[in-house]
Amino acid sequence: MTEKNEQTALLLLGCPQVPVQTSMVLYLAHGLSQRGIRPVIAGTTAARRLMEVADPGRHYLGEMNDLDEMIDEITEKKRDFDLCFVFIHNDSGIAYAGTMAYISKARVYALIFGEHAEELAGEIEFPCEIVAAKATHNPMPLKRRLEEVMQWAAVSKR
Amino acid sequence: MGGCLEAMKPEILLSQTTFKDAREYIKKNVREYHEVEPGYKIFDVHIIGVPPLYVGVDGERLIFPYTKPCHGTFVVKVPGGAEIARLRARQK
Repeated sequence: MTEKNEQTALLLLGCPQVPVQTSMVLYLAHGLSQRGIRPVIAGTTAARRLMEVADPGRHYLGEMNDLDEMIDEITEKKRDFDLCFVFIHNDSGIAYAGTMAYISKARVYALIFGEHAEELAGEIEFPCEIVAAKATHNPMPLKRRLEEVMQWAAVSKR
Repeated sequence: MGGCLEAMKPEILLSQTTFKDAREYIKKNVREYHEVEPGYKIFDVHIIGVPPLYVGVDGERLIFPYTKPCHGTFVVKVPGGAEIARLRARQK
């Protein structure tokens, strides 16, 4: 949400332990930008460093923030977003997505991947769109699901 | 761990668990506990998870779940200081 009425999307990154996360974040940031939705990334230091090294020319990455500082800004109502994509591969990811569903007015998308994607998806008991694919090293299953999601996001913009 | 919390040398009551198990631990093992909303801040850390989330008080100490993105949720016990009064006051 911005003064220019530009749509914004928060991409929330937790632990970068699972390889597909970094490439999927870059792919999603690019796809959202192409659809006129400005991506803002918030994540742990390691997750952000992986992004910065992967995109040194900042072709896909825009604004990046510390995870805790972003939660501060949202809980203090200094800032909010239209969409929020939470990258999840463990219980902590579910906890962060649940927090976002509570503190933010954004439409929350839980992007669940990794070895235990289906079990984790079954743990979700809060309002959000669940996008789950058993993807660890091969990003294609999650990429296909993300393409569908970006269509929804673009449609919901109208 | 948040710098402030780490400096307090917290006692770890439960390690690398889920936010749900942390919730149950506090409910079962701490006589005085208060429900807080996701994002509630204690010292320099946010309480992360799905409601209900509990923060316990045991004498002069606070017991609460601390979620790390890579290592799951810990239940920690630290000197509460002014945070205890703030927690109790919000229930009224």
